[in-house]
Amino acid sequence: MDATITTHKRAPSLEDLAAQALDLARRQGASAAEVNAGFGNGLSVTVRKGDVETVEHHRDKSLSITVFFGERSGSASTADFRGQALSEAVMAACAIARHTAADPFNGLADPAHLARDIPDLDLHHPWPLSMEEAIDLATRCEAAAFAADPRIRNSEGATITTHDGTDVYATSHGFLGTVRASRHGLSCAVLGDDGHGAMQRDYEYAAVRDPRDLPAAEEIGRRAAHRTVRRLGARQIKTCQVPVLYEAQVARSLVSHLVSAISGPSLYRRSSFLVDSVDTALFPEWVHLYEEPHRKKAMGSAPFDGEGVETRYRDLVTDGILRRYCLDSYAARKLGLVTTANAGGVHNLTVAPGAEDLAGLLRTMGRGLFVTELIGFGINNVTGDYSRGAAGFWVEGGEIVHPVEEITIASNLRDMYKGLVAVGRDVDTRHNVCTGSWLLERMTVAGG
Amino acid sequence: MTTDNSHSRNLERARESLLVPAGIGAGEIDQVMGRMLGHHIDYADLYFQYSRQESWSLEEGQVKSGNRHIEQGVGVRAIAGEKTGFAYSDEIMLPALIDAATAARAIARGGREQTVALAKRDGGALSLYQPLDPLHSLEDTAKVALLERVEQEARRIDPRVKQVMASLGGSQETILVVRSDGVMAADVRPLVRLNVTVIVEQDGRREHGTAGGGGRTDYGYFLTEERALSYAREAVRQALVNLEAASAPAGTMQVVLGPGWPGILLHEAIGHGLEGDFNRKGTSAFAGRLGDKIAADTCTVVDDGTLPGRRGSLNVDDEGTPTQSTILIERGVLRGYIQDRMNARLMGMSPTGNGRRESYAHLPMPRMTNTYMLAGQTPPEEIIASVKKGLYAVNFGGGQVDITSGKFVFSASEAYLIEQGRIGRPVRGATIIGNGPDVLTRVAMVGNDLALDTGVGTCGKDGQSVPVGVGQPTLRIDGLTVGGTEE
Repeated sequence: MDATITTHKRAPSLEDLAAQALDLARRQGASAAEVNAGFGNGLSVTVRKGDVETVEHHRDKSLSITVFFGERSGSASTADFRGQALSEAVMAACAIARHTAADPFNGLADPAHLARDIPDLDLHHPWPLSMEEAIDLATRCEAAAFAADPRIRNSEGATITTHDGTDVYATSHGFLGTVRASRHGLSCAVLGDDGHGAMQRDYEYAAVRDPRDLPAAEEIGRRAAHRTVRRLGARQIKTCQVPVLYEAQVARSLVSHLVSAISGPSLYRRSSFLVDSVDTALFPEWVHLYEEPHRKKAMGSAPFDGEGVETRYRDLVTDGILRRYCLDSYAARKLGLVTTANAGGVHNLTVAPGAEDLAGLLRTMGRGLFVTELIGFGINNVTGDYSRGAAGFWVEGGEIVHPVEEITIASNLRDMYKGLVAVGRDVDTRHNVCTGSWLLERMTVAGG
Repeated sequence: MTTDNSHSRNLERARESLLVPAGIGAGEIDQVMGRMLGHHIDYADLYFQYSRQESWSLEEGQVKSGNRHIEQGVGVRAIAGEKTGFAYSDEIMLPALIDAATAARAIARGGREQTVALAKRDGGALSLYQPLDPLHSLEDTAKVALLERVEQEARRIDPRVKQVMASLGGSQETILVVRSDGVMAADVRPLVRLNVTVIVEQDGRREHGTAGGGGRTDYGYFLTEERALSYAREAVRQALVNLEAASAPAGTMQVVLGPGWPGILLHEAIGHGLEGDFNRKGTSAFAGRLGDKIAADTCTVVDDGTLPGRRGSLNVDDEGTPTQSTILIERGVLRGYIQDRMNARLMGMSPTGNGRRESYAHLPMPRMTNTYMLAGQTPPEEIIASVKKGLYAVNFGGGQVDITSGKFVFSASEAYLIEQGRIGRPVRGATIIGNGPDVLTRVAMVGNDLALDTGVGTCGKDGQSVPVGVGQPTLRIDGLTVGGTEE
């Protein structure tokens, strides 16, 4: 067959491709199978120092299949949707399943838990952005950063991205769900110079489903400039033990560490510092964490999880007590529990905001370290030991005194969660974990 | 470093597997290039890629999952001055190529289509590894058996081993680069990796240890010299050390870094800051400092893509430039940058064979290959003996750097206190932070025990991952900040 003929035919839908792959698996003798098929396209434009730097056109597609032969499984994926490649992928998955061990916990999600109605979560707002408009927005964004402060003398540029994608999940036991979603972003990273040869860089960004929800480009630029300039003149501080305030965008990582420690694989491998911790008090009793997967237009929304299980509002921590783990069907069966619709991750996991804004939290802290950036990977999921590089500000009397750099902050996550003093109302909604800033009672700051 | 005719065989093989099935020949290439050149485009390239990869993973004594992935596509890049236009297609076909070229050239306005006939020539390449196919180098049953043996070995060593996770991964990618200057280059790149993580438990306390290795070879590598089993033993050893570890100290102190993988220090503190893109744009703390003394006289650091079989090595980079050994720091003086073609041209320098990309769907950038410091004179025991009170760190997890401020971190996963010149009790993992532009000026002693890592490094930059290597001899650095909890 001439390969070029297929390109001029109307391309088969993702649903058709998924059905085709499931059918191929069945004909290979698979007792069950699941398919993820996705297609997306996007544009990314970066303007640096007022001139276009890169224009990238993205167009991605992929199909992955997992097959089950009774209790054995295998998986494969391909970016090529033509008939032969598709059938090769299915065959590869089946070949692997011949060599893997039988695992009684393997299999698709329990049909009783599958999403029946798929609500419209208002996630799909494609942006017919022309290259000229994209260049204009990015140019205005970066120009506002340069105009905001004379110490902004260099830039990594302003980038505008837009992406429109469709994802299909289909199973041999009859589930078929399609989610169309868009993602748009505007970011700006600029460099400041203190006049003595020391430079600092910081950035600001927005991430939204609907382009109409993007803040003004100039606003992003000004905030990037402000974040950079305030770091100029940073210095090390002496080693000490003090309260630490995590700005919302870095506080999010503390929630991610929690999720990682209470996720299925960490638990059944007993490689988590939080094994056997359900129904124990991890946080002070005012702390409340919940998932809200059906929030309209939110970045972490999903009508069903990675295996078709219905998502819904679920508490994770109430009265400071951990109420459940984050599980998919496999981990749940292994642990003798029920899936929590977390195949593929959490959905708008939210830390209930407190009463104070950032300025209020700084006042509550009085004297301590305000952290705005973290670097490195110093988290031990098995013990909870925590040690990361940080940058931020030294605070006295509730006011920022000077910027700080080249320090580490260390503790144990268990102690950090227990020592949570307050959560701000400055909630960062740009990700699937949403939280305000976190004030922690005490950490060790290592410096000069 | 040899250039033999294996390169022309790779070029032929790449042409056969990437271009011939799509009916793309010299005329079609010219047609695509013609779409771009003439539109005020200085340079353009096409990057064809076909890759197959697999992974097998074991837990609880059994291999329960495996995955195969096949990917192919072509990336089309057009450069005008400092502007880059980029588009790609996962279908290697002429109409898709022409669409991508049309999209990529849109960064430059005006101009007209050109009829071009490139004088195509073989750009040459090294022969650092064979065009092996790891996926077929062992039967699937033997791959499963290998992981099972690794698991059994870990459990055999110590009853405190409660969990063993092991994974085996292999890939082969065939790439073909066609540049607007007529150069064509190809490579067939095998890569394998085996990793072991163990969880040990004693009196309710749990710890983990992890080890692994690999390179540009096939799975046979793990069967020789009991390599796979040695990773299991090493993971168990580390985990048991950590079971005994006390809290790490906090503050600035003398730090002795062991040989091999601790070379991640150089990758973070020095390597990234010397990448051409950051220096051209003036965003690196090292910008404009060529010729400056930035390290002790005893320090010479290179980035070397030509080490046979190494994970970070390449016969030819992703822009068709053969790799080389580039001196970054020579006896303490900053001598060179890590360059791709675009940044080298804009800075009036030569490309160094460091133009790399994760795949056809990503733009090339200056990236490291194998970055290491040459050996010094001092036996490592003398270095330890010279420290009254400090930290001896021998294994590390990941690291990260802020290019602009120069601050970098890397996290120790196995470390000991040094007291009165002797290695003392183990301490828990801690992150170490320093300042790239001056950390090597604090190098007080350089060991005679240069070692390279075992082949597990992956470097991330702008969302793109590429395999890399690091290495160094034992080093004593006076004044690094150690992020423990004990004041």
